Amino acid sequence: MAYTEQEILAGLAEIVSEETGLPADAVLPEKSFTDDLDIDSLSMMTIVTIAEEKFGVTIPDDEVKNLATVGDAVSFINGAQS
Amino acid sequence: MSHTTDVVVTGLGATTPLGGDVRSTWDAALAGESGARRFENDWVERYGLPIEFAATIKVKPEDVLPRPELKRLDPSAQYALIATREAWADAGSPEVPGERLGAVISSGIGGIWTTLDGWDTLREKGARRLLPMTVPMLMPNSPAANVSLELGARAGAHALVSACASGAEAIGYAVDMIRTGRADVVVAGGTEATIHPMPIAAFAASRTLSLRNDDPQGASRPYDVDRDGFVIGEGAGVVVLESAEHAAARGARVYGRISGVGLSADGYHITSPEPSGDGQIRAMRAALEDSGVAARDVVHVNAHATSTVVGDLIEARSVRGVLGDDADHVALSATKSMTGHLLGGAGALETIFTVLALHERQAPPTINVETPDPELVLDLVRDKPRALPEGQIAAVNNSFGFGGHNVALVVTSA
Repeated sequence: MAYTEQEILAGLAEIVSEETGLPADAVLPEKSFTDDLDIDSLSMMTIVTIAEEKFGVTIPDDEVKNLATVGDAVSFINGAQS
Repeated sequence: MSHTTDVVVTGLGATTPLGGDVRSTWDAALAGESGARRFENDWVERYGLPIEFAATIKVKPEDVLPRPELKRLDPSAQYALIATREAWADAGSPEVPGERLGAVISSGIGGIWTTLDGWDTLREKGARRLLPMTVPMLMPNSPAANVSLELGARAGAHALVSACASGAEAIGYAVDMIRTGRADVVVAGGTEATIHPMPIAAFAASRTLSLRNDDPQGASRPYDVDRDGFVIGEGAGVVVLESAEHAAARGARVYGRISGVGLSADGYHITSPEPSGDGQIRAMRAALEDSGVAARDVVHVNAHATSTVVGDLIEARSVRGVLGDDADHVALSATKSMTGHLLGGAGALETIFTVLALHERQAPPTINVETPDPELVLDLVRDKPRALPEGQIAAVNNSFGFGGHNVALVVTSA
């Protein structure tokens, strides 16, 4: 079963909220993980690890550096769904 | 020996089986309450645990800390952080440059919940599911490191490990940091979060835990003839220590002084205390000498006394050996009868109790002693607190750990 982009955004927002304490509705597609959400590399890898399990995808380490915004991550996860 | 730098206690913090802060913990201790509770889970049925209770923490971190902190800290570090925030506020949040502020927070066991959760994740889900915070959460210096981060303490962050003496050793090390001029203020204490079925089963395997399943609140009974082992507890105690000069300059309230530190090792057995008490005696003598306090000025001892058959009596004889006839006017308290044994947190929590006993001039009670062991050679405070004399008074807080670690602290009134 594939997730819709909306479902991926909502699920990712929940993960980011748990990790950072920010409200989930502040996690919008245009937000930068580092500049807007103040997420360091350790937190980013935590989010990636939890997201992989939640959405049943693999996000290779080489790919993580390309995920600058929440929208980038949603797109990648959407495309990676089998 | 007298020191040019006196070390005073200006802040106290704790989260324990008796309460979520120092005041509620101390009030419950003076009232003689037990923190032991029956497990409200399936551990006994599921794992065949022979122990059905423990002194679990009274106020859960979930009710105090925001979720991101809960997720990135092992419970042992959560307890330490809760106690640190209380102690720091209690001290008046002193203005001190980070380079002059230290953090010394010990744990006897370390982040064992995180360690075992990580192992479960690896076995059930594979390597890719392990979270990157696993190592920084399980490492035994994590509570010290997180307190250092919290307060910007940059004079040094240390985690002294000596099993059930760890919390007292942390305070001793902090005293040295101030005396040797490495820091003006040090946040020091101990923490433990080991109420997990594996360590409980393992402690049970070493035959050191009380099996009094029909009466959890009566199980921890130091010096009672029917004592049968300790009750495992959890929580943290943290104190703010500073040089007397620094405290005076900012007009800080002073609860008392840590005037002497004595350390020794038995070098005898990995779990059993050396029967003659030689190591304990050397630690207490060293602490008294370090403090310059005479035996006649010691009015109170907070015993390590965990409620084991052998250990309690060795300690009582050691205290008698050190103080001689002056032990006659010592009010002996065994507060683990109420708190259970906080392992790495015990020495720190009991230092707080000792400081408060002198500050408020009342020794806390020892509960559950129906028939005192006839071999007990000291005057035990039973059931109700006992008034301590006015004037300049001193107390000894003992902490001993698996491995033969002995730590004695001499506390004096402000």
